[in-house]
Amino acid sequence: MEILERIASALQQGDDQQVATLTAEALAGGMAAGEILQRGLVAGMNVVGEQFKAREIFLPDVLLSARAMYAGLDHLKPHLAREGVSLRGKVVIGSVQGDLHDIGKNLVGIMLKGAGFEVIDLGHDVAPERFVEAAQREKAPLIGLSALLTTTMPRMKDVVSLVRERGLGGSVRVIVGGAPVNADFAREIGADDYACDAATAVERVKALMGVS
Amino acid sequence: MRAIVRFTAEEARPELEELLQAQGLPKADALAPRLRALVDEAFAAYLELAEPRGVFEDLTAEAFAAVLQPLALEPAALVVGRVYPRANALALYVATLGEAVPARIRALMDDGSLAQGYMLDAVASLGADLLSDLLAERFLDRQPGGGSNGLRALPYSPGYCGWPTTGQRPLFAALRPEEIGVSLNESCLMSPIKSVSGVLVAGAPQAHKFRPDFPFCHQCRTRECGARMASVLSH
Repeated sequence: MEILERIASALQQGDDQQVATLTAEALAGGMAAGEILQRGLVAGMNVVGEQFKAREIFLPDVLLSARAMYAGLDHLKPHLAREGVSLRGKVVIGSVQGDLHDIGKNLVGIMLKGAGFEVIDLGHDVAPERFVEAAQREKAPLIGLSALLTTTMPRMKDVVSLVRERGLGGSVRVIVGGAPVNADFAREIGADDYACDAATAVERVKALMGVS
Repeated sequence: MRAIVRFTAEEARPELEELLQAQGLPKADALAPRLRALVDEAFAAYLELAEPRGVFEDLTAEAFAAVLQPLALEPAALVVGRVYPRANALALYVATLGEAVPARIRALMDDGSLAQGYMLDAVASLGADLLSDLLAERFLDRQPGGGSNGLRALPYSPGYCGWPTTGQRPLFAALRPEEIGVSLNESCLMSPIKSVSGVLVAGAPQAHKFRPDFPFCHQCRTRECGARMASVLSH
C-alpha cells in the first residue's frame, strides 16, 4: 500500500502514533507536505466524514481520527509554511451568547479542520460583537453560529443583524446550526445557510466559500 | 427550610446504558473495544474527580412568582409558570459537580485528547442532570408523609421550556448558593460549568401535566417533557 493510503487508513483507525510516524516517514522520503496533507490526511478525514454521515461510525470514532489528523498536521505545519501551502479559507465559529454547549460546535470545527479549513474557534458564550470583530480581524468570510437552547437561539439573529449593521453583508456570511435550529429559522433571521449536522456543515461551508 | 446536600460520586453516577443511548452509541455488549475503553476511562475519571453537592430552600408560591416577575413574561407562557401554582411545595435549588471535572475536560481538550474530553463531558452532563433528580428526591422526602404521600417532585430549570437563562439572576439572588461554590456570570452561565439550577416542584402527579403547545415547543427537538410527565403519572 502506498504511504499516503497507509496514512489515510491509520487516520481512519484513529491511530495517532502511526499517522505521526508515517507522516514523518513520507516527509523524510521527500514527499511534499501539501501532497501529504491533501492525499493523506484530508483524504482520510473525508472518508471519516462520509462514514459518520452514513452512521457507519460514531462521534468518538471521529474524534479519535481527528486526534490522529492533528498528530500528522503537527509534523506538516512547518513544511506547509515553507512550501507556501495555504489552507482552504478561514471560518470563525462559536456558541452564541448565553449558551455553554459547545460539543456540536467543537465537532464542526474538527470536521472543518479535517477538510482543510482554518478554524478560529471563539468558544462558548460569545457576544455578537466578538463574532463580528473576529471575522473582520481575521479577514474570515464566514461565521458559524451554534446554539443548543431555544432560549439562546435569538442571539443568532443579533449576530446576523450586527453583520448587516457593520456593512459586512457582502463579505461575511453567516451559517447557523444546533439542535433546535432549522432551515426555516435560519431564513427567518436572515442567515445565509443552515446545517443540520457537522458533516453537512462541511458541505455547506465548501459551497458558501466556493471550494470543491 | 434550607438544606445543603453532599452526594458521593457513586450516588451521582449516570447509568452506562443511559450514556450510550444519549450518545447514540450501540448497547454495551455491542460496543467496539476502543469505544468501550473510552467510556470506562471517562467513568473512572468522573468517579475520581466529581464532588457532587447541592443546596435547596423552600419558598412559597408568592415568593416564586417574585422570582419569575423580573422576566416580564406572562407566567402562563412558561411551562414552570403553569405548573407551580398547582404545587404543594416549592424549593429553589442549585447543584454542581465541582470544578475538578470541568478542569479535566478542558485539559483533555487542550491536549488534543478530544474523544476522551468529549466522553467525560458527556458523562458529566448526565451526572449534573442527575443531581437535579437526586435533589428532587431529597426534597420529596422532606414533605409530610415523605415519598409515600402520593406527591411527585420534578425539577424545572431556566434554559428550558420557555424559562430563559436570564431567569437565573433572580433565582441566584433569592437562593444565594455561594456555600456550594457556584456563581453566575454576566451571560447567566454558571461556574463551575457542570452545574444545574431551577425550582423543585412537589405536587400531585397531575400537577406536572401540561399540553406541549407553547410556541417554543415547535422548535424543540428533544421532546423530553413527555417522558418526564410519564415518569410521574405512571407511578
